[in-house]
Amino acid sequence: MSLTETGPMAGNTRKETYVSTEEQQRQIAARLVRQRIQDVAFRKTTLSFALFVLLLLGAIITSLVLGAYPVFEKFGFGFLTSREWNPVTNTFGAANAIYGTVVTSFIALLIAFPVSFGIAIFLTELCPIWLKRPLGTAVELLAAIPSIIYGMWGLFVFAPLFAQYVQPFLTKYAGDIPLIGQLFQGAPMGIGMLSAGIILAVMVIPFIASVMRDVFEIVPPVLKESAYGLGATTWEVVRNIVLPYTKAGVVGGTMLGLGRALGETMAVTFVIGNTPKIAASLFEPGASIASTIANEFAEAGDGGHISALIAIGLVLFIITFVVLSLAKLMLLQLSKGEGSRT
Amino acid sequence: MSMQSPTVASSASPTSTLYRKRVFTNRLALFLSLAAMASGMIFLLWILTTLVIKGIGGLNLAVFTQMTPSPGSPGGLLNAIFGSVVMVTIGTLIATPIGILAGIYLAEFGKTGWVAPTTRFVNDILLSAPSIIIGLFVYTIYVARVQHFSAFAGAIALAIIAIPVIVRTTETMLILVPASLREAAAALGAPEWKVVSYVALRAVRSGVITGILLAVARISGETAPLLFTALNNQFWSSDLNAPMANLPVVIFQFAMSPFENWVELAWAGAMLITFSVLAINIITRVIFRQRSN
Repeated sequence: MSLTETGPMAGNTRKETYVSTEEQQRQIAARLVRQRIQDVAFRKTTLSFALFVLLLLGAIITSLVLGAYPVFEKFGFGFLTSREWNPVTNTFGAANAIYGTVVTSFIALLIAFPVSFGIAIFLTELCPIWLKRPLGTAVELLAAIPSIIYGMWGLFVFAPLFAQYVQPFLTKYAGDIPLIGQLFQGAPMGIGMLSAGIILAVMVIPFIASVMRDVFEIVPPVLKESAYGLGATTWEVVRNIVLPYTKAGVVGGTMLGLGRALGETMAVTFVIGNTPKIAASLFEPGASIASTIANEFAEAGDGGHISALIAIGLVLFIITFVVLSLAKLMLLQLSKGEGSRT
Repeated sequence: MSMQSPTVASSASPTSTLYRKRVFTNRLALFLSLAAMASGMIFLLWILTTLVIKGIGGLNLAVFTQMTPSPGSPGGLLNAIFGSVVMVTIGTLIATPIGILAGIYLAEFGKTGWVAPTTRFVNDILLSAPSIIIGLFVYTIYVARVQHFSAFAGAIALAIIAIPVIVRTTETMLILVPASLREAAAALGAPEWKVVSYVALRAVRSGVITGILLAVARISGETAPLLFTALNNQFWSSDLNAPMANLPVVIFQFAMSPFENWVELAWAGAMLITFSVLAINIITRVIFRQRSN
């Protein structure tokens, strides 16, 4: 082909792209149909994976219920209140483990709530801006440390010091107080319910503190500035402006921490002492649901024992499910109100 | 002060009881807040220094080159490190596509209907659900069926723990993509799936990767779900269908043992795992901050 011929030919083809032929129209239509099908397929694929997450929870509950069924069939709901836990005679009751779980988590919250609150206030109201990010990260790193490390540290470092210095001190000064005194009596062994509660507190502080920090930060600055303008001190602003505004979030964050504490396994297993009993003193060893499962599952024989362990697992899951749901609902309530109140 | 009217001066002058009480309460509250922050930092530093002091002695080349020993004889953690890496990798490979696709649904198509809000709720529950329950679950649906512990079961348990983390970050990140970016792509004729995967997802790539790395950090230290899925193995094994050694369970077993060399190895492993996890956490933050700036 010569150059003179290609000129007009090129022009021609270019022109034809604008005036589409029937063939091209059909191609475009086919492509649109194909894209439509791809889009629907994409949508359905992502939907099916979202449903997968949903089904995961259903499957967890179903499998636990099926696994626990033999125990509930044998002992009925007396399983929940019985204190007898004896794999040898195949008699099982969950009361000791439930008590251990609830008490250690309660101690953890008692300590973690004020400390987390203090940390959140520090990070939002007091901290110089250049320190905010490093300190915030440091608190989050505390949450990233694996729970087995807390367990080792608790058993080998914390417990001996606790037994040597803190427990005798508590017995001396709190042991004679009526009612609560007996909580602090007994041999200072370092491990036990109180130690487990304290280690749990350190573990859940970062979770509670970071939720509290996040909700404190949504308080509209104009509200705080108004209060400062009227002469309020920092504490008065926190107490009368920030706290009422974020009440639901503070409670929600605390419940989230409680949910974590209830199910925490390894750290508790190291320091609680693993003796299923209910004692008056918090210095005594105990057992939580999670620590019982972790300790006994690998050695559990067939039949009753495994089923009993799955049953207390189900109890634990139901408790944490309720607590976490409440936490979530409270946090949702806060974020809903966010728009209307500003 | 002298310019103020007497009534104001009575409550605001530095000498009035009310004023002093308010200042005192404020100082006390701020001091307690500072003390709370300090105690948090003290615990972090205390744990980290404990790990370094107790772990550095046991940390030598043998840890990375030799198998877990029997009591009293020298050895390392090679099979445990290998097992952990294998299970965390497989767990992450399973969890990543599931998590990202579910996250896409929640962010892109979740504006109507009941599926998205319910899934979001359930995902948040799974995010904080006790990891030992996940172990029980995998035991009942998999290990009890095939009648033996296996590395694969461990990887599945870790994947289930990682999924909610990835779903959550993917959704959070995609919501941050400005609508104008999506509209621009749609206006050029891109179909929905291309808008999402080539434009929106790409715009927040670093955020999604951060989520995956955080999930890796989270599952690297998980012990409870591996206790009765992967169990443990004193020897080298690369068979996914058999029990496999892994760092957390080895640390648990060795730390609770009365043998000195086992306890020392446990501390070395503990230091290794903690500093890896913390390094991942810090690196992801740095990367994410640079990208988002």
